[in-house]
Amino acid sequence: MVAFIIRRLIGMLLVLVAVSFIVYLIFIVIPGGDPALRIAGRVATPANIASIRHKLGLDHNVIVQWFDMVKSLLSGTLISYYDGTNVVQQIKEGLPATFSLCIGAGIIWLGFGILVGTISAVTAGRATDRVITGLALIGISLPVAWLGLILLYLFAENGLGSWFPPGGYVPLTQDPYQWFLHLILPWFTLAVLFIGFYGRVLRSNILDTINEDFVRTAKAKGLTSRRILVKHVLRASLIPIVTLFGLDFAAVLGGGAIITEAVYTLHGVGYLAYQAIGTQDLPTLMGVTLYGAAFIVFFSTLVDVAYAYLDPRIRLT
Amino acid sequence: MATTGTGQEEFTLDTASELAEEEGGARIEGRSPWALAGRRLRRNRFALAFLGLFIVIVVACLLAGVYVNHVSNLGENDTNTDGLITVNGNKVHVISQGHTSIKNGQVQIVPGGVPIGPQWGNAGGKYILGADQLGRDTATRLLYGGRNSLFIGFTSALICTFLSVVFALLAGYFGGATDWIISRVFDLIWAFPVVLLGIALGTALSLNGFHHGPINISGDSLWIPIGVISFVFIPYIGRPLRGQVLALRQREFIEAATAQGAGSLRIMFSELLPNIASSVLVLFTLIVASTILTEAALSFLGAGVQPPNPSWGTMIADGQGTLANNPWLSLWAGLMLALTVLSINVFGDGLRDALDPRAKVRIEH
Amino acid sequence: MAERLLEVKNLKVRFATEDGIVQAVDDISFELERGKVLGIVGESGSGKSVTSMTLMGLTRGVNARFDGEVLYKGTDLLKVSDREMQNFRGNELGMIFQDPMTSLNPVYRIGDQIIEAIQAHEAVGKRAARARTVELLRQVGIPNPETRVDDYPHQFSGGMRQRAMIAIALSCNPAVLIADEPTTALDVTIQAQIVELIGRLKDDFDSAVIFITHDLGVIAEIADEIIVMYAGRVVERGTKRNIFYDPQMPYTWGLLGSIPRLDRPRPERLHTIEGMPPSLINLPQGCKFRPRCPHAFEKCFEEPPLENRVEEPGHLDRCWLDVEFKRSHRDETISPGSAEAA
Repeated sequence: MVAFIIRRLIGMLLVLVAVSFIVYLIFIVIPGGDPALRIAGRVATPANIASIRHKLGLDHNVIVQWFDMVKSLLSGTLISYYDGTNVVQQIKEGLPATFSLCIGAGIIWLGFGILVGTISAVTAGRATDRVITGLALIGISLPVAWLGLILLYLFAENGLGSWFPPGGYVPLTQDPYQWFLHLILPWFTLAVLFIGFYGRVLRSNILDTINEDFVRTAKAKGLTSRRILVKHVLRASLIPIVTLFGLDFAAVLGGGAIITEAVYTLHGVGYLAYQAIGTQDLPTLMGVTLYGAAFIVFFSTLVDVAYAYLDPRIRLT
Repeated sequence: MATTGTGQEEFTLDTASELAEEEGGARIEGRSPWALAGRRLRRNRFALAFLGLFIVIVVACLLAGVYVNHVSNLGENDTNTDGLITVNGNKVHVISQGHTSIKNGQVQIVPGGVPIGPQWGNAGGKYILGADQLGRDTATRLLYGGRNSLFIGFTSALICTFLSVVFALLAGYFGGATDWIISRVFDLIWAFPVVLLGIALGTALSLNGFHHGPINISGDSLWIPIGVISFVFIPYIGRPLRGQVLALRQREFIEAATAQGAGSLRIMFSELLPNIASSVLVLFTLIVASTILTEAALSFLGAGVQPPNPSWGTMIADGQGTLANNPWLSLWAGLMLALTVLSINVFGDGLRDALDPRAKVRIEH
Repeated sequence: MAERLLEVKNLKVRFATEDGIVQAVDDISFELERGKVLGIVGESGSGKSVTSMTLMGLTRGVNARFDGEVLYKGTDLLKVSDREMQNFRGNELGMIFQDPMTSLNPVYRIGDQIIEAIQAHEAVGKRAARARTVELLRQVGIPNPETRVDDYPHQFSGGMRQRAMIAIALSCNPAVLIADEPTTALDVTIQAQIVELIGRLKDDFDSAVIFITHDLGVIAEIADEIIVMYAGRVVERGTKRNIFYDPQMPYTWGLLGSIPRLDRPRPERLHTIEGMPPSLINLPQGCKFRPRCPHAFEKCFEEPPLENRVEEPGHLDRCWLDVEFKRSHRDETISPGSAEAA
């Protein structure tokens, strides 16, 4: 098991290295033209451009440039040329909002997803199942931005209702109640899509598992339906959900909740990226992308290890 | 052989099969899996209804030009910030001019810059669903935007599926180094959150377009989001397909085909491809829903379709500013998106059920 | 006379499918006494598995309909509630299945799966259950049971997994053990071991066994009485001796004739039964085997009742053919080219 973990960690590092190179390719190589001009963004001044050219050492070859970029990121000196702020610093400041949003939504969507999926599978074919399936289908078809805006319009202060604030983030340490109030609508918005998806995946897994031979053996042993469901069926059906959750959670933590943050003006990492698009601020986008990828790679490894723990057959590979 | 006790004529072993054919009712009929699937699909009213809805939406979008010429007389880029239209005989500003007034001692503030809402039939076909912040006709833009959104969604899904199938076949069939390289490529693409990778590529490419080698695409071309979205979803289809190809590779019919002298290409296309066909179909329907939603997300954020080109995503963003006073703009665009994606999802579900049903059929007898 | 444990009377099972109603089992009756082995023989689709699963109540579902009675020690198992059925399963009736790899849950240890079976029906603590588990593993022939009890299924070989399944099935001392094709997925040498094991355990545990297979060679080892099933019906029934030495159904001849024989001096083609088993939705008129029977005649359009037509009172069959005719012609079918017609 230890060897397995170590192998995975080494793999993780290699992937991160490759990822940083890809990011470099995306932002420096692909656009073509004068890189200094691009990095400076839409509001470039000649002074900026000159200093960028000097800093990047654009006469060096691709590898050296990439190496420099990584070095500047790791040492926390990646600078945004839009407003001269330090990208790494900005990302750090965005973490509390993003974490609050994603962890809360994650708990909600995992819990409800499992609940909904199990109920739907156990009542398969009957009215409850149909209703749940219908709702789930609607849930996964809603554009997140639209859902967020509709909810704001209906329930938030600037719209019809006035039960919720119209956006913004209040730190937990500052006012726990306001923190909570500001996050309810965003949590729901972010969770709806996943609840629908997870519910359907789990339902499908459960219905498949029920037909497995080992479930037939469990019945033949005379176990109660409850025990068969929990210890045999769910145990097998939830394993893919664990994998999915690990990756999805990593994706949203890594800035994938950008739309929800944009709609509700939560100043998290995603919001940072959102602003960077408007100003074409490449260093910020680079930083956020790397940050997001790092999260996913790390969680992928975690998920692999968890999977090995849950399924003993995997440990040998 | 001697006769039987009742004096019948002789029977041989062949007679048994002849008798069986004459019976007619004693054979188990075989039907191809596609025919079975087709029959199941036809019985699924729900799925077919939503397929119908989807077709209606597509046709409506394709007829955008007809709508402009015969109904609204307002093109998708015709701005109208200062204009007036006639509503029920009254002249109304398309974009409200803000002013304050005092009525009964109360200060009334009418906000400026708010486009008018849906006029339905009252303005003679103009602004049936309202206007946007530049005075453009929402309904017109909805149809043209739908064209863009659907075009991007579908084309990316097609390209993505095609590339994924090719990669999966190559990786699964050849194994070894080929598989390793392709799997690493999948891993790398997979390592990025979809939306972030999308906006990274989208922004980088919309700056100057793509001008490397023989390919020259300008920054606001629709092919930029198409390329980005196709690329981003490759591992989502490629990985499951690769797994399937790997499993099929071990089966005896591949060994048999090789033993008969079939070359690699032939095996991949005549033996492996047909067996993953139903998975490809199912994955395609799943991915179309995702590509359409992703295009909307990217466009909403500004990294997809670039203004002034319309897409349902950009329109949701356009409506964000005036949401409180006029939610209609964002509402219509999002509604179209939701209905379209829902139709695809319901139909895709029906298709999946038809191709791979579970024994939960209930027939009362 | 030994205790009569199981009495199946006119059992009928039908399923609703999207293609129509499948009559999987049509009017089956048999009895099972303690200490005896009943063999059920038939091709795929003959209804033998559905019969055995119905005894355990595993075919209960939305689309299934049952007629007749399944009396276990006097109680009709078809009529008890699902919850009561759980008390019978594992406790009074144990079952083992065809594929031991997929029949065991891959993420739990073997020992834990046996302990679970024990604790489902008996109030014993973990330690006592574990001790019993180790003993069970020893009885079924697993070497080093004290260490192997903590292994996972994928660490066992095919034969060992089947032994573990037998241990699970016998863990609560059931009176009846149902073995549904237990040797089909195993190597021939392992098959022999498993069959011998089941026979021995039947005596050790003083239970009765229903052994289902399509392989007559295996049945010859272990069965006291044999039922031959075709298209959901019993077409022949008798003791082992009856079936092997005086088979009355042309179908049984076909089964016997298709066993490869080492004692035949001449190289010859293996005899096969022409045609395919009938669709259970559109069954042929009259005798269900008629379309494939080389000796069918016009009376066969009327279904023969299951009757005793020979001297042995316990030997029943469903064939109109004259007994003398059958006895003189069957050698030609079972071992072609050897006996001359009388």
